[in-house]
This record gives sequence, structure tokens and C-alpha cells, in this order.
Amino acid sequence: MVTEDLSIDAVGARNTPATPEGPIQYVNELTTLNLGPTHPATHGIFQNILQMDGEKIVSGEQTIGYIHRAFEKISERRPFYQIKTLTDRMNYCSSPINNFGWDMTVEKLLGVEVPKRAQYIRVIMMELARISDHLICNGILGVDTGAFTGFLYLFEQREEIYEIYEEVCGARLTTNMGRIGGMERDLSPEAIRKIRKFIKDFPPVMREFESLFNRNRIFMDRIVDVGGISAERALNYGFTGPNLRAAGVDYDVRVMNPYSSYEDFEFDIPVGKSGDTYDRFMVRNEEIWQSLRIVEQAIENLPEGPYFADAPEYYLPPKQEVYKNMEALIYHFKIVMGEIDAPVGEVYHAVEGGNGELGFYLISDGGRAPYRLHFRRPCFIYYQAFPEMCKGTTLSDAIVIMSSLNVIAGELDA
Amino acid sequence: MLTNEAVAQDIIGRFGESVSDFDDPFDLLTLTVSREQLIPLLQYLRDHKTFQIGFLTDLTGVHYPDSPGREFCVVYHLHSLINNYRIRLKVFVAEDDIHIPTATVIYESANWMERETFDFFGIIFDGHPKLERILNMDEMDYFPMRKQYPLEDGTREDKIDALFGR
Repeated sequence: MVTEDLSIDAVGARNTPATPEGPIQYVNELTTLNLGPTHPATHGIFQNILQMDGEKIVSGEQTIGYIHRAFEKISERRPFYQIKTLTDRMNYCSSPINNFGWDMTVEKLLGVEVPKRAQYIRVIMMELARISDHLICNGILGVDTGAFTGFLYLFEQREEIYEIYEEVCGARLTTNMGRIGGMERDLSPEAIRKIRKFIKDFPPVMREFESLFNRNRIFMDRIVDVGGISAERALNYGFTGPNLRAAGVDYDVRVMNPYSSYEDFEFDIPVGKSGDTYDRFMVRNEEIWQSLRIVEQAIENLPEGPYFADAPEYYLPPKQEVYKNMEALIYHFKIVMGEIDAPVGEVYHAVEGGNGELGFYLISDGGRAPYRLHFRRPCFIYYQAFPEMCKGTTLSDAIVIMSSLNVIAGELDA
Repeated sequence: MLTNEAVAQDIIGRFGESVSDFDDPFDLLTLTVSREQLIPLLQYLRDHKTFQIGFLTDLTGVHYPDSPGREFCVVYHLHSLINNYRIRLKVFVAEDDIHIPTATVIYESANWMERETFDFFGIIFDGHPKLERILNMDEMDYFPMRKQYPLEDGTREDKIDALFGR
């Protein structure tokens, strides 16, 4: 009997058909499998062309760009405040982080100092956004391994977060929250009530979710030691955010380069060890708890005072003022018509997005729109590592790895 | 804690003529390096004992059609996670010699970022393992982020550049 060497290393040699010996002939060829572009497990539109040897993945290649919307080009014709609506659509699972990231970039260019109250409100909304982002990722990881329950429980809580968004800015998914220079309105008593209610109601659900998954034998068998990546490789591949922390590197923009008063809050940075899917899952779970801690601290210590900075050329004046005050009318007109010239400058600002370092590289030549705007999109950079991570695993593992990387198509393509 | 001054002095001491235009907008050390010395500089910054600037945060291109001989700029944002220090490198290339060595030899993450830069600006990264379009369709025969391609329909008069600040 001829025993076949099924190891991945031998696959290359197996590509060329050997002369058959004996009556049984094996088909020594690889199967090409299209995973995507529209596959329920990709959770977005991107394609993976996998070379399969039976159930094993030999190599993979990604095709992306299916929802490329040329945000960088569009930005070159838009006044600054209109660019924010574009950032919503990048990581649409945590839009407020993108919104405020862009606001802070412009504020850095202008040299505007935002009052504490606005910074705290931003922190609250950004951390809620991070929670909802991680809830989606971890909930869907459950679905991809065949457990729908956790997803269902968590999405009810995500709905609560969206209710808070709605209360704060009127929108749910593409929030366009805040303004350059602060928030568009103060937190209403109803919003504060909803945030407090969320802080109270969410932990039991999260604990239940964790008790369902964290030590679940079936779940662990599926994800432990699947898709591991070493810290060194992860850094080389430009990983940031939870995926990098799962590999054991404690890099978090909120701590390294604090923005929007993050230095005022006490929270921990969870890190994993092996960088496998289980670590990524656990890091995200722990980050949800830490984000909740930050929201708690921020809502308890919410400072009094104005919720927007004195930046009349960028921050829309209150509507009542516009009706009776000449200056307010002029500024209102200039802002809405996009007739404000920005100062010349070159600025890079990064925030900790749901998936990692979300950077904005803005070059202004003194015009009304950016001369060049580039988004550093964490998904786009770390998704390159996917073929390396899934090489030698099975198809079902590849699905789980992709899911735990939390690749958001909107952010991937911009 | 690294200071911009110290890092700049060290780089000048090592690379002399090849580095120029030192600046620190918003406290981020920015410098221009010649195309030939780019890879040695990236290598030097990564392997330096104290700097350890070994994380490629971002790589992108910029088009300056009005500066002859320096039409295209490739911008590298590097980060030292150990010292929490960022640096920005720029390489200028001319339109008729639009080549630049690839950084994929040092950073795996440069792969797609260089492809994206090629896709939008047509900058050719010599030695790149697979320099193909990544976000746009393969059939596209121009590089859309170049400034000569206006976003709006040029024949419309209600949207002239003057109204929009350009």
C-alpha cells in the first residue's frame, strides 16, 4: 500500500502528477475555492481565492476593492465638515470613533482646544462605539462556530447603544456625531439616563455571554490554537488594536498618545499570549469591560461647562443667534457654503479605532478642502496577513480566523 | 525619551547629504531622504540600538504637479513602539522617472500600502512582489489620485473651482 505524504510541504511536489502505481489513481491536484465576494461568512464584500488540498488550505489570495468609494479623492473637493460624513462609512460598526478622529485631526491643525465636557462626552461615545464594535465581532464569531445564542443576546444590548447614539445625534449607524470644535449639542438628561441604564443592564448580559462561551468545550476546540501569529510577525504585518494585543504587544493609542482626556481615566490594556483566535476573542471581551469602566468614570465625573470650543469659523453658531446676530449669520453662511480657508499645515493624528490605530494624514495647502487626505485604515493593513495565518489550516478554521480578525469591508476599501 | 533634535543629528551624522528638509510640524520630525538611501535609512532606524523605530504605521503618496522634478512624494510614517516616538520620511521622485525601491524587504505591511500607492498614483515600487492594482479595477488605464483628474465634471459651470476653493 502506498501511503501518501499529506503534509503541506509535500504539496508543492504533489502538484505535478506522479506516475500512477497500482490500480488506484489519486487525483493529485489542488482545488480552487472562491470564498466570497458574497459569502455569509465574510461579513462584507471581499474575495479570498483559496487553493485547497482536500480540506487543507495550501495558499490564499485576497481580492479587495468591491466597495471602494474613493473617499480620499472626494475629500479633496469637500470642506472639512463635509468629510466627516465620509468617515462614518469606513468602520460602520463604530462610526463615532471615526467621526471624532477626524474632528480631532482638524482641531489639531487649527490649534483648537476643546473644553473638558466635550472631551468627556466624546470619550463616552467612543467607548460605547468600541463596545458595540467588539460585540459584533465576538457575537458573530459565535455564529460562525454555530452558536447563535450569544449573538442574539448581545445584539439586544447593541441596540441599546444605538438608542443612545440616536438620543445624542439623531442617527444610528452613520452617526456623523459631533462637530469640529466640540459636540453639536449637550448630552440631554434622557441620554444620560440611557447611558446609566446601559451601564446597569449590560454587565449581566455580558457575564451570561462569557459564561456561555469563554470555557465552552466545543467553542474552545474550534478556536484555541487556530490562526496564531507571533508578536514579531504581527508587528511586521502592521497589526494594531486588539489583534496585536492578542499577540502580546501592549500597544494602545489611548495610552501611548492620549487624546481627548484619556489620561484622566483608569483602565487596563488586556494582552494575549499566542495571538490565536481564542486570545483575540478574550482580548475583545476584556476590552468591553474596560470600555465600560471608562464610560462609568466619564459619566460620573462629567465636568460642567461649555460643550464646544470657541472656534467661530468652524463651529456653527446656535440657530437663535443666526436670526438676530450679524456675525453669527456671516459665520453660519461661510461655514455652510464651505468658504473657510484652513491654515497651511501637515498633520497626522491617530485614534484607537475598533480595530486598531485609525490614522488621518492631512495636508492642507491653505485651501478650503484638504490638499491630500489619507486614512490609515487598520483593517486594510492587517488583512494582508490572512493567507499566512490560514495556511495549513482547514476551511472552517479560515472562516473563524477571518471572523476574529474583524475585517470590516468599509474600512478595508475606503 | 527621544528628542527630535537628537534623532535629526544622528541621522545627519550617518546619512549626511542624502537627508534634507528637516522640519517638525506638530512635533513630528519630518525629513526628506534621497531615493537611493531610503532602504538603508529604514534599516538603520529599525536596527538602531536606542531608536528602534521598527513599525511602519503608514505609507502613502502625494502628487505635486507644480514642482518640476519633484512631482510625486511617497510619505512613510514610522513609529518606535518602545520609545513611543514617531517620524515621517518623504521621498520625492520625478514624473519621468517614477521609480522607488520597495519597503517590503523590511516591512511586510508595506505590500498592500505600496500597491495602493501604485494604484492611485502610478508610483512604481521596484522589487515589489506583486505590483498590481488593489482597490480599482484592473482595466483602469489612469491613476485617479493624480491632480489632473478633477472629481467633478469639468464642463459644469455651477460648480466652478473658485466656488469650492480650488
